[in-house]
Amino acid sequence: MEKELKQRELLLEVANKLRWKIGENVHDLILESIYKHAEEIASAVTKRKVGVQKFDFDSFIDRIVTNKWTGFPIMFLLLAIVFWLTIVGANYPSSALSFLLVDTIHPLLRKVAEYFYFPWWLKGILIDGAYLSMAWVISVMLPPMAIFFPLFTFLEDFGYLPRVAFNMDAIYKKVGAHGKQALTMSMGFGCNAAGVIAARIIDSPRERLIAIITNNFSLCNGRWPTQILISTIFIGSLVPSYLAGLISAGVVVGVAILGVLFSLIVSWFLSRTLLKGEPSAFSLELPPYRPPKILQILYTSLIDRTLLVLWRAVVFAFPAGAVIWLVANVNINNLSIAEHFIRWINPSAVFIGLNGVIILAYIIAIPANEIVIPTILMLTVLTTKLTGFGAGAGVMFELENISDIEYLLKAGGWTTLTGINLMLFSLLHNPCSTTIFTIYKETKSFKWTAIATFLPIVLGILVCFLVTRLWYILF
Amino acid sequence: MQEKIIEKCANCPAHNLNHLIRLGIDMTDYDYVIALAGNPNTGKSTVFNNLTGLKQHTGNWPGKTVSRAEGGFIYANKRFKVVDLPGTYSLLSTSTDEEIARDFILFGQPDVTVIVVDSTRLERNLNLVLQVLEITDRAVLCLNLIDEAERHQIQIDDKLLSKKLGIPVIPAAAREKKGMKELLQSIFEVATGQYICKPYRISNDFKELTFAVDELEAQIKKCFPNLNNARWIAFRLLEGDQKIIDAVRSGEIGKIKLQEEILE
Repeated sequence: MEKELKQRELLLEVANKLRWKIGENVHDLILESIYKHAEEIASAVTKRKVGVQKFDFDSFIDRIVTNKWTGFPIMFLLLAIVFWLTIVGANYPSSALSFLLVDTIHPLLRKVAEYFYFPWWLKGILIDGAYLSMAWVISVMLPPMAIFFPLFTFLEDFGYLPRVAFNMDAIYKKVGAHGKQALTMSMGFGCNAAGVIAARIIDSPRERLIAIITNNFSLCNGRWPTQILISTIFIGSLVPSYLAGLISAGVVVGVAILGVLFSLIVSWFLSRTLLKGEPSAFSLELPPYRPPKILQILYTSLIDRTLLVLWRAVVFAFPAGAVIWLVANVNINNLSIAEHFIRWINPSAVFIGLNGVIILAYIIAIPANEIVIPTILMLTVLTTKLTGFGAGAGVMFELENISDIEYLLKAGGWTTLTGINLMLFSLLHNPCSTTIFTIYKETKSFKWTAIATFLPIVLGILVCFLVTRLWYILF
Repeated sequence: MQEKIIEKCANCPAHNLNHLIRLGIDMTDYDYVIALAGNPNTGKSTVFNNLTGLKQHTGNWPGKTVSRAEGGFIYANKRFKVVDLPGTYSLLSTSTDEEIARDFILFGQPDVTVIVVDSTRLERNLNLVLQVLEITDRAVLCLNLIDEAERHQIQIDDKLLSKKLGIPVIPAAAREKKGMKELLQSIFEVATGQYICKPYRISNDFKELTFAVDELEAQIKKCFPNLNNARWIAFRLLEGDQKIIDAVRSGEIGKIKLQEEILE
């Protein structure tokens, strides 16, 4: 063993001596030689047909979508169209699913449970807690995802994503981050955990950390339903109904862009404080546009993405539903745990323009952003003691239509300001537990995981506070 | 009698092509390991999906496959394990994805490395091909996106390319599932030793380095007798490649090979 060790050291010594002897930079020498040979071989075997120069479709599109003036507007427009189609298209299937899962199957399950004499708490946990939260997640999340993911995959398959990275590259460089962060950011719009893993494409550890920490500022798909719903209720209702869909979509895009801005600001801040350094250069290849394969897009986006994300949500919604039911139904001194907490936190929450219900909902919903809204609705019913909604205390439910939700939230003391702040807080709060765990796995560091977790919360509280103060000054 | 016929059939391409059994993620008791390497966005994952029947996510942007994906298939009664590597422009620098690709070709010792290239960008893709050929002597070149090359009025003489590189070259359009049968047959032939590759080696180029490389190669072989890419490692040591230096110092380079043998 000892001998082998010595032998290896000797080998490295010989290598070192030889390097001195050669004197030339072997690395460059080899690289040059590789390039030379590649060129020779390629030119020997390739023939370009001469003749009429065909119209170059690719560079024509590239000139438009990566243009200094038209690049960004086109980007925003495409994003807005995708969201608009999602918002408008998801309405009908959503209510159909909710009718099936919540209005039809849920009462049926309750009857079955009664028939078999389930104890009240078991019925509560299983059917009113776990099943209902799962049903809610499916009816609210499945339709928008089934529309959004194919559209997004279409853009991806067509070859548009690298152009986004190309447009964003210069900006990311300016803030001291890696241009490829634009790509990981785009991944984050689908799922932050996926975006964090995708940061592996960034070579330098410094820039990779920045990309990982700021990925949470990409609005992930677990948060669109929240954004879309709240935007529809509190912003869409401020404008005439024929404009409501468009304006709501525009506001959601605005929040998404705000997220991008925050990712830039935080990247800039990190690269000047904790993660100092120069941005490294990289080559980004603009792949040719390819005619998208529609069937394949539908397959990958529906089976791989939609069902995968949905499955994750269901898996988390199930236990979370049970927890919600428990905190709402276990009483201490005639008051449920949930109400104790809400009363205690409410003054501080109202101070930053939110309320106790929202804070508790975000704590319960750490496993998955998808269940924030159902949790909020359930907790609101609980605290306002409204009757005629859902199926009793601690039961998550779907309301027949959006105006019911609006009525409920307003009864819970919500104003337009609460709505705006909830949208902001939904953008700026801790990543979900899966993402936190992924960040830890990728960085292997408690410190960076903690920073990535708490930095957005601090920002969220700060932003909500400022917006609230500003609101009171203005109105 | 029955068995004999089947045996004969097993050597006939026409039979095999129609009897590709995709195994998905079932990779038990494989006979051969296939690595899929190539530049980013050349269609490696599409080829991978075609071979294994899996549905690895494919997308038109570079850097989508960040870790390796694995799958399996049966061809000509042999079980193959396929490893889809992250796309890289080179095997020389040290980002995580390049490391994964390089480590696997180097230490994983695949029986065949399939290099998937973008026919419309042959010259730049060849940079990686040449680097892979430095490490391994069993490779197949998949000249993918050949349909796009044709659309762009680019013609590639695949026979000449094969002669020059010393490995099979298969024109393909993986998205259209074209050329996959021929690719399978070539993989099979190289894996079983029916086709002996004579890979193009640029390392024969550096006359002025020969003395140093020879000396180091001998030393490396003394330390790690099991290693079959001693020459490539000699070059990396001369470059001062820190990863390889560390792997030599810790003895890791020899060990990985040893582990593989124990497993077998």
